[in-house]
Amino acid sequence: MKEIKSDIGPIIQVKDLVKKFGSFVAVDHLTFEVNKGEIFGFLGANGAGKTTAIRMLCGLLEPTSGALQVAGFDGYHEREAIKRNIGYMSQKFSLYEDLTVYENFRLYAGIYGIPRKERIRKTDELLLKLKLEESRDKLVGGLPLGWKQKLAFSLALFHNPAVVFLDEPSGGVDPLTRRTFWDLIYEVAHQGVTIFVTTHYMDEAEYCNRVAIMSEGKIVALDTPAALKSYYKTDSMDGVFLKIARNKE
Amino acid sequence: MIKVSNLEKSYGNQKALKGISLEVAKGELFGLIGPDGAGKTTLMRILVTLLLPDQGLASLDGLDVVADFRKIRTMVGYMPGRFSLYQDLTVEENLQFFATVFGGTIEENYHLIKDIYVQIEPFKNRLAGKLSGGMKQKLALSCALIHAPKVLILDEPTTGVDAVSRKEFWEMLNNLRHMGITILVSTPYMDEANLCDRVALFQNGSILSIDTPKNITASFSKKLYGVKVETTAQRFECVGLLKELSGIDSVFSFGESIHITTVQQNIDETTVKEYLNQKGHQGISVGKIEPSIEDVFMELMQNEGN
Repeated sequence: MKEIKSDIGPIIQVKDLVKKFGSFVAVDHLTFEVNKGEIFGFLGANGAGKTTAIRMLCGLLEPTSGALQVAGFDGYHEREAIKRNIGYMSQKFSLYEDLTVYENFRLYAGIYGIPRKERIRKTDELLLKLKLEESRDKLVGGLPLGWKQKLAFSLALFHNPAVVFLDEPSGGVDPLTRRTFWDLIYEVAHQGVTIFVTTHYMDEAEYCNRVAIMSEGKIVALDTPAALKSYYKTDSMDGVFLKIARNKE
Repeated sequence: MIKVSNLEKSYGNQKALKGISLEVAKGELFGLIGPDGAGKTTLMRILVTLLLPDQGLASLDGLDVVADFRKIRTMVGYMPGRFSLYQDLTVEENLQFFATVFGGTIEENYHLIKDIYVQIEPFKNRLAGKLSGGMKQKLALSCALIHAPKVLILDEPTTGVDAVSRKEFWEMLNNLRHMGITILVSTPYMDEANLCDRVALFQNGSILSIDTPKNITASFSKKLYGVKVETTAQRFECVGLLKELSGIDSVFSFGESIHITTVQQNIDETTVKEYLNQKGHQGISVGKIEPSIEDVFMELMQNEGN
């Protein structure tokens, strides 16, 4: 895509980012950076402000104040360019269940303006890789959950985004599928795609390069899982999470 | 209190329940553990008389779910997976509504919900739709309890809820159990199995195992080792390398460590460590570990697959 900027430094740069709804401060002076190819975990209790922060990072919501750059684009004036250069997947809604597998690819490619030839080549390539060729003309609604999950992830990557946002991508899937999915995440990150992921599974937090924990609109901890565990003197991310929540009270 | 035998249910040609049987004793906290699509919700909906079984029997406190459905409805409290309260009624109005529908009052059974409800009472005039996830969950539980049910059926109450709220929720369930209420609860979080008296591991419409969490983990048949690495990048490479080592049966990432099972006697802590050292990975520690429910679940899933 011609709009991609090279040598932009960190893929996500956030400084003193604030979002207010009326007098309520949903996001309160966030500052962090995410590097290329990094798996960055974004955790927090329900209502901590994660969704609001992600909506700003995806260009869906204009910040109240502070600086925000994603893939080299400004979070105020270049929100459309941000949307074109990121991928997004959520467990709740990513695929059109009443379209076939192939139609879902066509739709995504159309939305991102991918040329026909490239679309056909890439669709075939991905169907082969995901072993979904036989299901090409099946409705997505009837696929097993694990297949849907892989398909949704592939679609989020279809337009070669610099960064992909995974919003609770593995809720409810079986433990084998969950691990296969993380293998896929590692593979993609290894190829240089930045992964920004939220999860309620604390074992998955261990798989991230770095983890930020939000509480009441602020980032209260940000480091590698190993450093966080040693700082909070506990042997699991579950322990870190619980200690942070208790300190708050 | 709950008795299910050879229960079957299909949706079209999709078999949701393939002849399952289980019993839950009075006052037991029983967990249905399994991923989405395993059949947990179908079983629960049959038990609360919202769905008819194709084959088999199910009863609650001796009452049949088909013949005695009216009686059953007065004695169960049900919390469906999706938030199903009236979003445009306030917290208090929702509670009032559920008490009235069952011909009672809030005051009558307030002792049952007191510990839970006091946490949301400050917001009793707020619309239910405007509550946070954790608070919605507490309100839904209060509404399911306000008619003093003998059996509480909770469909994935902790899905999508943060680790702290989940912990609090299980503490509430534990208190309710001590009041003598029988609880059937489903969850996709394997670690929550340990908080139940007994669990059924669910997959593809069948039960893989039913027992106490302790007996289930004790049933694990292989030797299990935990491999700890220093960095995330190292983990990815080590998982790949370990899969190539002969004599290794399975390799799975498990939070901060990698769990491996072995099929050959000659593989142990030292050989694994030396192997990874040889491949250029330092700072590795390997030790024998006790299996978790998740280890067992995956072993059973793989056996099923073979």
